[in-house]
Amino acid sequence: MQIAEITIEPRKQARHIWRELWLYRELLFFMAWRDLIVRYKQTVIGIAWSLLRPIITMVILTLVFGKLAKLPSGEVPYPLLVYAAMLPWQFFSNTFSVSANSLVSNSNMISKTYFPRIILPTTAMLTSLVDFLIAFSIYILMMFWYGVYPDWRIVVLPLLMILASLASLGAGFFVSALNVTYRDFRIVVPFIVQFGLYLSPVGFSSNVVPEKWRLLYSLNPMVGVIDGFRWALLGGEVKLYMPGFILSTCLSLLIFLLGIRFFYRSERTFADII
Amino acid sequence: MTYALTTEKIGKSYTIGHMRRKHTLNLREVLAKNARSLVQRLRHPLSSNRELFDIEEFWALRDINLKVTPGERVGLIGRNGAGKSTLLKILSRITEPTTGRARLYGRVSALLQVGTGFHPELTGRENIFLNGAVLGMGRREIQGKFDEIVAFSEVEQFLDTPVKRYSSGMYVRLAFAVAAHLDPEILLVDEVLAVGDIDFQKKCLGRMNTVADQGRTILFVSHNMAAISRLCNRVVLLDKGRIIQEGDPETIIQAYFAQGEQSSGLLVLKPENKPGAQIEEIGIANEDEQFSSSVKVHRDFFLHLRFRVHEKLDQARVAISVLTQDGTTVFVTMHTDENPGEKRELLPGDYRARVRVPAHFLNVGTYSLNVQIIGRRPGYGRVKLDHAQQALNFRVEQTGTISLEVNASRPGVVTPILSWSLEQ
Repeated sequence: MQIAEITIEPRKQARHIWRELWLYRELLFFMAWRDLIVRYKQTVIGIAWSLLRPIITMVILTLVFGKLAKLPSGEVPYPLLVYAAMLPWQFFSNTFSVSANSLVSNSNMISKTYFPRIILPTTAMLTSLVDFLIAFSIYILMMFWYGVYPDWRIVVLPLLMILASLASLGAGFFVSALNVTYRDFRIVVPFIVQFGLYLSPVGFSSNVVPEKWRLLYSLNPMVGVIDGFRWALLGGEVKLYMPGFILSTCLSLLIFLLGIRFFYRSERTFADII
Repeated sequence: MTYALTTEKIGKSYTIGHMRRKHTLNLREVLAKNARSLVQRLRHPLSSNRELFDIEEFWALRDINLKVTPGERVGLIGRNGAGKSTLLKILSRITEPTTGRARLYGRVSALLQVGTGFHPELTGRENIFLNGAVLGMGRREIQGKFDEIVAFSEVEQFLDTPVKRYSSGMYVRLAFAVAAHLDPEILLVDEVLAVGDIDFQKKCLGRMNTVADQGRTILFVSHNMAAISRLCNRVVLLDKGRIIQEGDPETIIQAYFAQGEQSSGLLVLKPENKPGAQIEEIGIANEDEQFSSSVKVHRDFFLHLRFRVHEKLDQARVAISVLTQDGTTVFVTMHTDENPGEKRELLPGDYRARVRVPAHFLNVGTYSLNVQIIGRRPGYGRVKLDHAQQALNFRVEQTGTISLEVNASRPGVVTPILSWSLEQ
């Protein structure tokens, strides 16, 4: 690209990473666009899958936790409680699981062309963001149906999305780089996502967690994001457990920074061992 | 002196053994290894744990010093495994050198494979944009050149068809068309002309010439000596990871062929643990069944092949192609040619093949051999199991003692003696 002079040395410092990412930003969007188009090629109902998946999951979680286990939801209708949490959770799990495989499934590109490798796991976040927006349109309909309207707090939602992005990207960077050498992570990731759904307060409110365990529970970075989403979307009644939220936020940032660092350190050998 | 590209003592080492296992290395093995090495280190704190890891260093490139001025067209030649592609991969920043340093001044594009990033489900139109982006073109740039690209590729009609329904020729044409419209100051090209039919190859070469005439710097790896000599104004000969000679194309290409002639006419290949089947030896033998890289035009000679089959193969096909110096295939012969109806199954074991090539068939000149083994492996379908490209060079020579009829200066790839009926 337009970098006028390139020096190639062993163990070069990743100095230009941000500028380079900027130069290659179009590739990032093209890759996301490709993945979106390809995903629903030769499917009958196409993009409707992006709507069906969260709805079905929401119905099942509502039945299991709300109806069978009869967990409390405060004043909020249970489906709404679940769906407000499903939005960030699906965003996280999609980003995480797709980015984890992104390097391996594009191994040909890695061994035959140069581009900032970090684009590949980042692409997953963009496609998940599109899914998120589609799923969010359902939330708007549900909001009118149940008559629960958010107040001023909804302006915090973009910040919470950034937080969710940082956590999922950080984890994605880690695992995608590890996956290049150890394909074990191909098997581990679906497990993490599966358990994560039950370990995170998606099907239930985190208020059911006993007070003394709340801080410990917040070690899961998604706890902060999900609680934040409910706080921002569900209106006045919902309280935010601040110490836990701060802990989750700090952890998300930490995961992101460590993830990037790890990714750039492993990047050098990708083409040789993939 | 301004340069477009310089390298100082570039070297690349791989740790083989370690490398080969990495694909199957799983976490458990690593943990086990680390535990073992820890125990070892506790017992013998001073000894290194190298032997434990079974590391063998292999230098794919060593001390490469290269200076290229802007507008130069440099050809990189050498036999398989000489390090040409590794050098291009380092220069295009795909992989890092182990030692040394390289500097490139200007916008670089690398074309190591046509159609990188092509997605089979996407249409031709969509793939043009995607592939362009992968190669470093912006959306505007691609839009601006879109019509040119389409015209070059000759696939207008199928632009909105997914490329998975393309013929392989169409696929390659489209892929090359995108690459051909790159606009870099330094272009690194690896053997991409070896695809497509003759007409298209000519078109590609023509395009490369145009690019070169615009004063771009080109680094070009190929086995196609005709293309190299037409395109390049300097040639670098690599062998076993080192530069052994560089200079004007004529001299260096001669040296490259001489390198081949010095060989005994028998090439023994490194065992590589390939699945299914493996080529072990490729050779040329004269009519007395002595290996020799030079045979006589008026005598029969033999193509020799040894290979090993590791597992039972169905629908197997062992093929040898004879190519002229410029890469044109003279003929392809297969082990199934004489009995096409047979079940074509190869049982595990060692095989030796001899193919008699009749006298007065190949004309005087230098040729090379391609070998490939194809077969159906359970669970993989019919795949190419092993191949060797332009692995062995040999010369067919004029003897001049017998047969005055066969004239040394007669042109043509083949020189058959045909029967005439002459009437008046």
